[in-house]
Amino acid sequence: MIAMRGITKRYVMGDQEVRALDGVDVDIKRNEYVALIGASGSGKSTLMNLLGCLDTPTSGSYLLNGRDTATLDDTELARVRNREIGFVFQSFHLLPRMSVLDNVAQPLVYRGTPRGERLKRARESLDRVGLGNRLSHRPNQLSGGQRQRVAVARALVGEPSILLADEPTGNLDTRTSAEIMALFDALHGQGQTVIVVTHEPDIAAHCRRTVRMSDGRIVEDRSNADRVTEHA
Amino acid sequence: MQALLEAFRAALVSLLANRLRSVLTTLGIVIGTASVIAVVSLVQGFSESIKQQLAGLGGSTLTLEAVNTNENILFGKINRITFEDLETLRYRVPGVAAVAPVMIVQTPNISYRDRTVTSEVRASTADYAPVYGRFPVKGRFIASADDQGRRRVAVIGNELVEELNLPDDPLGEYIRIGSEWFRIIGVMEKQGDLLGFSLDNYVVIPFDVGRAINGNQLRPFMQVSFTIDDVDQVDAVRDRAKRAIQTARAGTADDDTFRIQAADSVVKQFEEITRTTTAVVGGVVGISLLVGGIGIMNIMLVSVTERTREIGVLKALGATRRDILVQFLLEAALLALLGGLIGIAIGWGAGALIASLIPGFPPAAVPIWVILGAAGFSALVGVVFGIMPASKAAGLDPIEALRYE
Ligand SMILES: Nc1ncnc2c1ncn2[C@@H]1O[C@H](COP(=O)(O)OP(=O)(O)O)[C@@H](O)[C@H]1O
Ligand SMILES: [Mg+2]
Repeated sequence: MIAMRGITKRYVMGDQEVRALDGVDVDIKRNEYVALIGASGSGKSTLMNLLGCLDTPTSGSYLLNGRDTATLDDTELARVRNREIGFVFQSFHLLPRMSVLDNVAQPLVYRGTPRGERLKRARESLDRVGLGNRLSHRPNQLSGGQRQRVAVARALVGEPSILLADEPTGNLDTRTSAEIMALFDALHGQGQTVIVVTHEPDIAAHCRRTVRMSDGRIVEDRSNADRVTEHA
Repeated sequence: MQALLEAFRAALVSLLANRLRSVLTTLGIVIGTASVIAVVSLVQGFSESIKQQLAGLGGSTLTLEAVNTNENILFGKINRITFEDLETLRYRVPGVAAVAPVMIVQTPNISYRDRTVTSEVRASTADYAPVYGRFPVKGRFIASADDQGRRRVAVIGNELVEELNLPDDPLGEYIRIGSEWFRIIGVMEKQGDLLGFSLDNYVVIPFDVGRAINGNQLRPFMQVSFTIDDVDQVDAVRDRAKRAIQTARAGTADDDTFRIQAADSVVKQFEEITRTTTAVVGGVVGISLLVGGIGIMNIMLVSVTERTREIGVLKALGATRRDILVQFLLEAALLALLGGLIGIAIGWGAGALIASLIPGFPPAAVPIWVILGAAGFSALVGVVFGIMPASKAAGLDPIEALRYE
């Protein structure tokens, strides 16, 4: 489903060059549950953004569902984000002026889904995350955990092939973090492919596979079940 | 269509979220549109009322009148229409139907019992009524027999009944015009007033009677209105009449000493004035609308900056550049349209108020095309000035936008 080869991402700041990613090869298959861990600044978010087609690599190839993303233009990348990817961010990133229901329905707007159908699917998605009774609230009327659930519902509403979460529990307390991770576990159990960026071992422990990054490279890639190191 | 509807919804939500700011932003547009609507409504009301006054004088009525330049008047060399011209028109121009000469009689004092007023005394023939399309509401108009018999009879304008303190039924009463007594045989229909001047303050007497009163004044002030047999022949008859008069005058007068024009050319002249005024006002106000547009552009740029993160989120959710562009363009257009609509309402009110405060000023009239034009133009201003902020929003890099604090 995901095949990355020799991916690099460089940023030029003044006369300095930052190698945010320095040759990443990674494959992720359907219904995997992957934790992307590593120290701050190791390149996790950069990789996440490339996986989600929010950004393009400096070099290397990225095949998503068999399609070479290098050949896609701006509009096609937007389409891929809309159909294939569901994002969950650390700071929720809900739309403050819209109701919970409209927030969740928003991705379907860009598919041209009629409003009635959109709201129906948004309601179903909110039911999935256990928030079926907060439809007309504004995001600022919800707790952090509830907001993140709304964000998950929004990521799921378009039935994406990959759920990408960048530090989804970074702004939450331990108990709510556990609830969100339980939700991810359940989604994975229902067949969803999930990739979670985190620097907390507790969170990573929920996943079936752990990919550790350091200085823009993958330094460890192991399955949590058998704890066998596949990469050095 | 569906996408446009969505963008419209989104734009509306965002404007409603900032109600006060939205309204304040549009102030420039509000003022601009309000002034156009106010001025145009006054000008239009004015020209409407003039047109109504002149209605009935259709394209088939032509008027022969003298042309005098300022120089002529200065040197006392005043051109006039003569009785010979009248004869020429009557008998030597094929295609001419009814001919109604109007001669002003130089004795403006009119009395009834102990009342004396000044009025315009017109000497004319029986054809006056059909040619001008004005008829008596009481009694009858002057007949040919009155003219031939030099009868001292008069048809009076509606206003004079009150001015002279005449009885409600003034038929048969005698009024004095200058030194002669006239019997009232008819009262003309009411015409109303134009710019505060009554159009019903006049007396019509038989043409030959007027001629006799004017007496030795050989060249009185006169104009001749006439109808033609076939409306489609207006231009042909006019040319024929012109040549006939020139021939009859046999070189004693140039053709620029008189003119023959359709009565509705007066209407056309007023329309021309109205158009020019409207265009000038439109231009001036167009500039103020541009200023309003810059205000909108400004606030939209602020709004794009404020909502940078939100735009990043929308892009992450799959919004294309085009989706973002359309949403912000619509928002700017809607904002400007809102200003335009408020402006139209205020301008309408202001026009009506001004018209009612000036005595004798005709009521303001706002034609629908002005309203649609003003609304359309303000929306257009929004779109034009929204292009820059909207493309700025559309071009944002999603990652940087998401990271924006
Ligand atoms: N837009 C950018 N411009 C310059 N440097 C950047 C930019 N984005 C990320 N970086 C750098 O790339 C490296 C990796 O960043 P990131 O992927 O955010 O790390 P992580 O998410 O693992 O903390 C860091 O050194 C960071 O400073
Ligand atoms: Mg990060």
